[in-house]
Order: sequence, then C-alpha cells, then structure tokens
Amino acid sequence: MTATNPVFDRIKQDVSANKVMLYMKGSPVFPQCGFSAAVVQVLSHMGVKFKSADVLQDSQLRDGIKAFSEWPTIPQLYVDGEFVGGCDIVREMFQTGELGQLFKTKGVAFNEQARPE
Amino acid sequence: MAMQAAEIERMIKEALPDAQIKIDDLRGDGDHYAAHVVSAAFAGKSRVQQHQMIYKALKGRMGGELHALMLTTSAP
Repeated sequence: MTATNPVFDRIKQDVSANKVMLYMKGSPVFPQCGFSAAVVQVLSHMGVKFKSADVLQDSQLRDGIKAFSEWPTIPQLYVDGEFVGGCDIVREMFQTGELGQLFKTKGVAFNEQARPE
Repeated sequence: MAMQAAEIERMIKEALPDAQIKIDDLRGDGDHYAAHVVSAAFAGKSRVQQHQMIYKALKGRMGGELHALMLTTSAP
C-alpha cells in the first residue's frame, strides 16, 4: 500500500526542510552512477547548496522515492518540495536556462554567471 | 538484461500511436539508449508528465531491465 508507506513521511519532511534536495546513488563527492554525477555537476557548477540522500544506503528509501515521485529512476531532484525531474530533465533545464529561472522563482541562491559549457 | 530498440519503440507506439520516435543505441550494447519522442499527447504537459507517460508505456521495465534511456520529449 503506497498510501501508507512510512518512507513517504520521511521524504515529505526532507523535501520541505531542504529547499534543494537530491536523491542520488552515492554522495556528491563519490557519486556511484554517471547520471547522479551529472546532476551533482550541474548543481555544483551553478553554486547551489543542496542536501542529498544516498539511496544505495537505504533500500526502503530507494523504492520509496520511486513510488513517491512516480518516477522509476534515480537521481531525482526536488526544489521547494516539488519534483523537478531526473538527469535528462535537469540537464535540459540547465541548457535552456529554465533551471536558473526556477531557482530564482523559488528563492534559491545560485551563481547567475554560471552558463552551460 | 537488455532490451531491443524495436521493442522500446513498439511499447511507446502502443501507448502513443501518433508518436514519432527516434531511438539511438548509444553504446551499441543494447543497454544505453537515447529516445526522442514527439507526440500530440504531450501538448500542455510538463516535462515530468511527458516522461511519466513514456515510463508508463514501458510498463515498469524502465529502471529494471532497461537501465539507461535518455529521454527528450516534445509536442509537434
């Protein structure tokens, strides 16, 4: 029963307590997957402070976040409690400038000089 | 377990019959694909919703046997 999944409460708590929350494989310093690494790279490049959770350390969280977001893959980025997307969407939004726009709208500090290479 | 590009295309077409689909096998290993999907069904939907429609079409195989599918979606 997804509706009563106890992990959901923890996820709700995390995504509301942290303006930018990244669910990933590994840590920002040691990402365990290229897709997670790519999102970390975008966020770091933009100078955004974010909190991350390593789903490889917690299989309940790994399954829980997929059900919560209705999204089958990791990484997953949340901004201000809203699911933004996975690696493809984050990269695309960075390229088009939409990600910066989103951070601006949500009051997330970032380096506005950061541009896609 | 890998999945054939034709199989991916077939499953997407089944859910989105009007879809124009372009699939690239990125590494030639049958495990890392990039798919570009254009469908009228995407109109007015967010990117997340568009991708969720593709994932739904793939019936749970994404994230399982299909490890890496880079998605770009758009309305015509």
